[in-house]
Amino acid sequence: MAIAATIRIQEADFDVAQEIAGLSKGRTDVGAVVSFSGICRGSEQGEPIAALTLEHYPGMAEAEIARHADEALARWPLQGLTIIHRFGRIAPGENIVLVVTASAHRQAAFEAAEFLMDYLKTSAPFWKREESARGTSWIEARDHDDAAAARWTKS
Amino acid sequence: MKLKYFAWVRERIGKTEEIVEPPAEVRTVGELIGWLAARDDGYAHAFEKPTVIRAAIDHAHVKSDAAIAGAREIAFFPPMTGG
Repeated sequence: MAIAATIRIQEADFDVAQEIAGLSKGRTDVGAVVSFSGICRGSEQGEPIAALTLEHYPGMAEAEIARHADEALARWPLQGLTIIHRFGRIAPGENIVLVVTASAHRQAAFEAAEFLMDYLKTSAPFWKREESARGTSWIEARDHDDAAAARWTKS
Repeated sequence: MKLKYFAWVRERIGKTEEIVEPPAEVRTVGELIGWLAARDDGYAHAFEKPTVIRAAIDHAHVKSDAAIAGAREIAFFPPMTGG
């Protein structure tokens, strides 16, 4: 049976427990659920921040995440997949992103979640701007995120 | 074709989107960047380091040698920092 990923790009917060339950409740074929939550830190490179504002490219954000979701579904035997990415102003401690993978066994669920997060970081069209006492500035991309995504193309 | 700009590319150019009709000799994404950069100081600032700029044609990532013929929407933006 083909599994369809649930992908949501939204300004509103989400409930992590509810999303996890959505992939496993009432099922007996799911043996492993892995969830990754990305949360807004209160500091960036040692400086306290007031908030992050996430800008995104509507239309492409959905398309790009869907492409990687399809790749994950083709590569690992998943029984469920949910990806949520927020945009707009997000305060420290609030959720930014969620990836939930469900599979019969843990390895596929762990690997698919990590693969998806590595690609979300480097190819989903979102940009973070931080607000601090010194004003606002765009957060710069990190080389180690590119390296993390690149390792999935080797196998 | 419609152009869209995001993050600091958008801020430096001072607009979120526009319709342009580049001359026929502008064939690739890289050539389009060069043509735009010559328009005024804002564009020049946005595209001062062309190798940093990322581009998408009709919602899919492309490299600078991608042909722009037939594109409906081309977007320019900095490296992504979501997730």
